[in-house]
Amino acid sequence: MDQTVINIIFVGASFALYIGIAIWARAGSTSEFYAAGRGVHPVTNGMATAADWMSAASFISMAGLIAFTGYDNSTYLMGWTGGYVLLALLLAPYLRKFGKYTVSEFIGDRFYSKTARLVAVVCLIIASVTYVIGQMTGVGVAFGRFLEVDSTTGLLIGAVIVFAYAVFGGMKGVTYTQVAQYVVLILAYTIPAVFISLQLTGNPIPGLGLFGEHQASGEPLLARLDQVVTDLGFNEYTAHNGDTFNMMLFTLSLMIGTAGLPHVIMRFFTVPRVSDARWSAGWALVFIALLYLTAPAVGAMARLNITDQFWPNGTDGEAVAIETIENDPAYDWMASWQQTGLLGWEDKNGDGRIQYYNETNPALQERAAAEGWSGNELTNFNNDILVLANPEIANLPGWVIGLVAAGGLAAALSTAAGLLLAISSAVSHDLVKGAINPGISEKGELLTARIAMAVSIAVATYLGLNPPGFAAQTVALAFGLAASSIFPALMMGIFSTKINNSGAVAGMIAGLVTTLLYIFLHKGWFFIPDTNSFTDADPLLGTIKSTSFGAVGALINFVVAYVVSSMTRPVPDDIQELVESVRVPRGAGTAQAH
Amino acid sequence: MTDTTQRATRATTDGKAYWKANIRLIIISLIIWALVSFGFGILLRPLLSGISVGGSDLGFWFAQQGSILVFLVLIFFYAWRMNRLDREHGVNEE
Repeated sequence: MDQTVINIIFVGASFALYIGIAIWARAGSTSEFYAAGRGVHPVTNGMATAADWMSAASFISMAGLIAFTGYDNSTYLMGWTGGYVLLALLLAPYLRKFGKYTVSEFIGDRFYSKTARLVAVVCLIIASVTYVIGQMTGVGVAFGRFLEVDSTTGLLIGAVIVFAYAVFGGMKGVTYTQVAQYVVLILAYTIPAVFISLQLTGNPIPGLGLFGEHQASGEPLLARLDQVVTDLGFNEYTAHNGDTFNMMLFTLSLMIGTAGLPHVIMRFFTVPRVSDARWSAGWALVFIALLYLTAPAVGAMARLNITDQFWPNGTDGEAVAIETIENDPAYDWMASWQQTGLLGWEDKNGDGRIQYYNETNPALQERAAAEGWSGNELTNFNNDILVLANPEIANLPGWVIGLVAAGGLAAALSTAAGLLLAISSAVSHDLVKGAINPGISEKGELLTARIAMAVSIAVATYLGLNPPGFAAQTVALAFGLAASSIFPALMMGIFSTKINNSGAVAGMIAGLVTTLLYIFLHKGWFFIPDTNSFTDADPLLGTIKSTSFGAVGALINFVVAYVVSSMTRPVPDDIQELVESVRVPRGAGTAQAH
Repeated sequence: MTDTTQRATRATTDGKAYWKANIRLIIISLIIWALVSFGFGILLRPLLSGISVGGSDLGFWFAQQGSILVFLVLIFFYAWRMNRLDREHGVNEE
């Protein structure tokens, strides 16, 4: 059967499943729309949180980032999982006990200030919308490749699907849909990884195979990989090459950002009890870890497979012939990805072979001169195609490739839907009901939420169609914003009875503004090219890259909040009592009236 | 009536001890959290380079596998310990 047909069958069947679930679980009341009536089991909730959390960035990009950089990009693995420890220990149980629906509602009540609530809403909307744009772009690219339509059509189809189940389903629809999406995406990620791990190491568990023996050479897999990449002049895979301080700061920013992202925090409002909120974070990490423990193996093994394909006679032998690329079915993936513009090669020296090596390495320049090479001939290899192309590179059966297509789309769609829900509740619940029109009916609130979703989808689709060229930057911005504004406010709200309304507002604004400023200084004002004063290669402050600044922004937030609070009026007694009550689980069952 | 007042008094005195025990548990957990990721995975990796794990060293393993596994254990340990603490201090949910 033709591969495109297989892809359409897999993607189509998975979509039918999601939409079916969304219709079956249509939300009736406001409480069900936002928080699934608090009736979601911790394991179910953990699975949905995992689908919510693992976006196109985790599924499509991360293994590629690790594959082509090696050890230094372990930051993503530790950062995006370590944040769950912070969530479970510092936020989830208390926010569940508090018993309201949204993050900004907590901030508004705890800091007894409408301004605090509005500042939180603004942080939340900016962080979420920027994140959705990235997902929409991912949807477009994945559709474009697998359904062989152009990315514009792909994106529009994706927008309609997201709209359908997010708008009509609300949280309950999203929760159960996301469970289905989790199952699809985890199978799609692990099945090819198991196949490849078996091929290379004989071990069916990729995370163990990574530290196992490379069967073809009899050496440990990582030693073999270090050998072949250094032979070609690249950095040793397992070595630490970058700056240690920046690496730690970046990891910390990702961790704090994870714990501060509103669509993830919201998940913990949907479990029945405080103790369930604690278990939920653990279950979420179990399901996330299945992918995150596999990702480094996918990266390393794919890098080895790709290197072997370009150097079939070993790194000291002859490079692959163009004739082989054109005729050998094992190289079919190259032609299909070349069409997307994300993969390119050029026979610069006209010898009929493609030499892939690091042309900036002096040792390799010597070898190139001796053997008559004219530079690296694999001119373009986009990191993002690695996971999607991986099963094709490893020659896996057609159904595996179809499954990966469905999985990549599940990852992008589920995150987009979760974010849209966070945005819509921020607008309808916090902005409209909380500030503009407190007397709004339940029906009116639901309608506002749905309109907010539709508008955000339209905005995200538009920006996804006309990308201002800032996919990676927007993700960094979303994390930086969440890390520097939301997380410190929530943490201080629970762990300190001394931080008052002025302190919290000043802290959030200070964290947000400095982080934004630092990003704009390095990436250009509002991401307009060439308006930046610094670059990440030579940053303003020491070795701190703009992507790592979220942790610094968070620190500024803490310090400013503390200083301002100590200079202004102390926290009233009833709020101190509120904080005390949030700290103990007893009495959580009675959700407060609105 | 008396019963509820008694329970309330007990909850406030116990609440302080409960919160203290909770903070202690959080601090211990976060030290382990930082040790396996920022410590073993990054900063202390050179010190662990003598311990080889399948073609690389222990620090590499912690950065790509070990830290995630420890995070998992930490969260479940915390949840289990806290649920016990809730009951010991009489602040668990009915």
